[in-house]
Amino acid sequence: MLSFILRRLGTMALTMLCLTLVVFFLINLDPNLKKLAISQTEMHTSAEQLESWLVNHGYRQNFFSRYAQWLGIAPKQPVINPETGEPTKRFSFCNDPVVPTFSGVLQGDFGCSTKFKTTVASKLFPALGATGILMFWVLVVMVPISLLIGILAGMREGTRTDRTLSVASIASTATPEYVSGVIFTVIFASWLGWLNGSAASASRGITFYNFTLPVMTLAIYGIGYIARMTRASMVEVMTQQYIRTARLKGLSFGSVVVKHALRNALIAPFTVIMLQFPWLLTGVVIVEVMFRYQGFGYTLVEAAGNNDIDLLLGCSLVSVFIVLITQLISDVGYAFLNPRIRVQ
Amino acid sequence: MNEAVRNPAEPIIEIENLSISFFTRKGEIPAVMDFSCTVMPGEAMGIVGESGCGKSTVSLGIMRDLSNIGKIVGGRIKFQGKDMGELSEEELRAIRGNKIAMIYQEPMASLNPAMKVGQQLMEVPLIHDKVSKEEAYKRALEMVRSVRLPDPERMMRSFPHQLSGGQQQRIVIAMALLSKPALLLLDEPTTALDVTVEAGIVDLVKGLGEKFGTSMIFVSHNLGLILETCDRITVMYSGEAVETGKIKDVFDRMRHPYTQGLFRSIPLPGADKNSRPLISIPGQLPLPHERPKGCNFGPRCHHFVEGVCNAAEIPMIAVEGHEGHFSRCVRFNEIDWEALPPGAKKVNERIEPGAPVLKIEDLRKYYKVGGSEVFGSSGGRVVKANETISFMARESETVAIVGESGCGKSTLAKVLLGLETASSGSVTLGNKQIESTSVEKRSVETVSSIQMVFQNPFDTLNPSHTVGSQIIRTLEKFNVGKTVADRRKRMLELLDLVKLPRAFETRKPRQLSGGQKQRIGVARAFAGDAKVVVADEPVSALDVSVQAAVTELLMDIQRKNKTTMLFISHDLSVVRYIADRVVVMYLGYIVEQGTTDQIFSPPYHPYTEALLSAIPIADTSVIKKHIVLEGDIPSAMNPPTGCPFQTRCGYKKLVPDNLCETQVPPVKNLGDGHMSLCWLADDVLAKMEPVIKFDKEHAAHEGVPDDAPQGAAGPGFAGAPPKRPRGKRPKLTDG
Ligand SMILES: Nc1ncnc2c1ncn2[C@@H]1O[C@H](COP(=O)(O)OP(=O)(O)O)[C@@H](O)[C@H]1O
Ligand code: SF4
Ligand code: SF4
Ligand SMILES: [Mg+2]
Repeated sequence: MLSFILRRLGTMALTMLCLTLVVFFLINLDPNLKKLAISQTEMHTSAEQLESWLVNHGYRQNFFSRYAQWLGIAPKQPVINPETGEPTKRFSFCNDPVVPTFSGVLQGDFGCSTKFKTTVASKLFPALGATGILMFWVLVVMVPISLLIGILAGMREGTRTDRTLSVASIASTATPEYVSGVIFTVIFASWLGWLNGSAASASRGITFYNFTLPVMTLAIYGIGYIARMTRASMVEVMTQQYIRTARLKGLSFGSVVVKHALRNALIAPFTVIMLQFPWLLTGVVIVEVMFRYQGFGYTLVEAAGNNDIDLLLGCSLVSVFIVLITQLISDVGYAFLNPRIRVQ
Repeated sequence: MNEAVRNPAEPIIEIENLSISFFTRKGEIPAVMDFSCTVMPGEAMGIVGESGCGKSTVSLGIMRDLSNIGKIVGGRIKFQGKDMGELSEEELRAIRGNKIAMIYQEPMASLNPAMKVGQQLMEVPLIHDKVSKEEAYKRALEMVRSVRLPDPERMMRSFPHQLSGGQQQRIVIAMALLSKPALLLLDEPTTALDVTVEAGIVDLVKGLGEKFGTSMIFVSHNLGLILETCDRITVMYSGEAVETGKIKDVFDRMRHPYTQGLFRSIPLPGADKNSRPLISIPGQLPLPHERPKGCNFGPRCHHFVEGVCNAAEIPMIAVEGHEGHFSRCVRFNEIDWEALPPGAKKVNERIEPGAPVLKIEDLRKYYKVGGSEVFGSSGGRVVKANETISFMARESETVAIVGESGCGKSTLAKVLLGLETASSGSVTLGNKQIESTSVEKRSVETVSSIQMVFQNPFDTLNPSHTVGSQIIRTLEKFNVGKTVADRRKRMLELLDLVKLPRAFETRKPRQLSGGQKQRIGVARAFAGDAKVVVADEPVSALDVSVQAAVTELLMDIQRKNKTTMLFISHDLSVVRYIADRVVVMYLGYIVEQGTTDQIFSPPYHPYTEALLSAIPIADTSVIKKHIVLEGDIPSAMNPPTGCPFQTRCGYKKLVPDNLCETQVPPVKNLGDGHMSLCWLADDVLAKMEPVIKFDKEHAAHEGVPDDAPQGAAGPGFAGAPPKRPRGKRPKLTDG
């Protein structure tokens, strides 16, 4: 098991390396750099000025050496102030080194955000924390409800409960977040006024009033999906022979479901929940922007909109990490739930 | 049976005119109709019939567990005097697993994969006897011990997948017996197991049944098993019981043509492919909604009389002179029970084998497994699937390869067909060495001259193409015929050859029955005039009544084409019937080979002897030497040292110096090409007795001809006694 995890971690590192290289390449394409230079200088600057801004801020160094610097396997070079000839910080608002040092991702330095005029770390991690809180509440709401719906529906296939719950789940997955978000806002914020249509204040303190709408919007989508998976899995398990064995042992229906069906039926949804995380990320982007919540998704959109290179790289690193780590957890957890896999 | 429990007045279970239907979208499917049977305390009732005839539905009906679409639409089930139909859900639960317990066909599927065996066992006393956890554990452990499982404590801690099939079935049996049920329902409990393991389970069930005085309903398609385990039998056909009575009455003097047909189509001792061929039942089981008016068996019965058999539904009619013997046939008193169906073959011409076609010398096939999974494990292990295999097959000869799961039969077949290449040794087909040429590299001629018939005909047919086009594809592959018209003509001839109507050309595989699909498989194997056909358990997935037809077909074509056939099987009854020579395999080794007569008469190899004893034979006059092997077949990953059979061999102690455990025995020639891989000395071999004997006394008071039962002129018998599947070979009697 340990060797399995180690190997998976190795694969993960490799994947992250490749992916960041690709992202690095894409956002350093010339038009993107031009856009950055324009946004960072005054209006109506000439082409030469733009170019010199790029040179001055180190963007015209060799592509691979810049990637290596970002990664932290080559020393980060300070830029030379053309006027004084002194090595200076690239950006005044970040404490970039003035002597060549190894200072990249591996050393824990994620670089400098040009949009927010601060280090990437000081912007990204609080945002991640905020999103973490959102995710936590989404999961707290989504997982129990969806499993319950799935199990209730799948327990007795074809009954009226099953059909009602199944239709509801399909409807909820078929509605994307931006639709359900708008509908909820209109109903609960505009009409009824029960809830706040903006979660901007949630950064300063979460209340039922400001946080319910984003959580609800995100959860609804996942609930339908996980519930349908759970239902399918439950239906299949309920037709297995060992369920008949349990029934014909004289166990009551409740005990059959709880003792024999549940664990086997949860194996598949567990994987699905874990794989749901990456999907939640997209949802997070939409919901955070929609409800103006200063989290990871909001940051990502801002970074992308302003071609904030280091911040964007930091965001993609985090996303890839989340995707891969949830997959690892789902595989390990799957092996744990399913004893047949454990032995090998 | 346990006399103390027996209260002759009060049956354990009484089923009266039970009818069960499934209500599906297509309408009502009557699965069981007018089924009656009574089981007394301590008695074992066997239910036989082919798949889909409603056996399982009856047993689930008794448990009242028919899913939500099954309903009891008529009749009553009375268990210990109480009508099961009137029980509440709660009363029903108190009976399930407590007074009535059930054992199923697939042990792996009937155990919860995510729960330890111990917990699953403990549940039974916990629910029904409301005992403490410790007490439940103690009882479970005790029961695991009494089903003779090794290392019971470890068993209790295992997950089902960590046990072998035989061990799993013992756990299921332990679970069923934990509450000391009054009635045990066994639904094909051994069908998924190997024969020697099956023999162990049957022995166990019988022993435990006697010990606890449990009544049993034993569902099976195997008449031999029923004979070995039951007191009475009910034969089912297409949802109805067609005959019921005491084992001896039904086996020796059946009074329903279907029962007779079943007996005639199984290779009992005495059947012989040349002098007494099997007689199959024509046609196939009608689907539930296509049942004819009157007698369900009518369309397949050669005693059918228009206006008599199809006039009205036929009730069970008592057979006079036999207590509790009933038959659902209106004509059983008028039938000539000895008459063979019109067109049945009486004798086949004997064919002498010709020159050697296939020679296998010192063949080995090793597989490398594992190793890469975990960091530390270096190299991986070697599985020796075939070890020093040497034998030969001649033109027109049938060589049977016999052995249980994991003995290497299928690996051997794969090497012969080029799906695998040999690790060492040689395979010579005609005059070509083929052991290291894989099938892609073989010439068309080689490929078409060695072909295979598979166990599961469904796996090899493409469901979306017509049968005709699939045969034509094969012909193209074999370069048979020059034009499309040529090939089509040849395809039609092949359909004739396998006795399928030419109209089947345009059918899709799903429109065919199992037996018909297997005929297509045979047609494809013979498409390129194969010299050698490897048939891997070609009939074991088919129903009894079609098995005979496919077996006979294979032999007819073989006779005509002078083909060499390698017949792979685990069933020695079929082998005795079909083979000229037999090769017995165990754990990759050939342990014995010789002509069929040499193999079936002493001296035996100890494994062959056990295998012979394990095969259930549906003949009341047979007495078998009772040998039950301990334990399971060792895993090929971890074979024993010395003789491959030493872990289970009963003769081991007769060999001095612990030779069996330390050294692989030499191949010993017992004369005339009869080879045995065993250390046993000549004097021990000379003392071996035949495993299968006919009870002379029984045969004597059965009178002559050899299978006429006693009291042939007794009251109530209008007709002569039925001629059973053609007598017995006297030669076997004196062994
Ligand atoms: N759940 C079910 N739904 C519909 N038909 C069924 C169901 N179970 C059994 N049947 C039908 O009932 C008949 C008897 O089946 P079964 O009792 O399983 O036979 P056996 O055990 O003798 O093979 C078959 O025709 C089968 O198709
Ligand atoms: S009733 Fe007629 S058709 Fe049916 S088994 Fe008897 S003889 Fe045959
Ligand atoms: S060699 Fe020994 S263990 Fe092997 S079959 Fe012969 S007697 Fe048995
Ligand atoms: Mg069945």
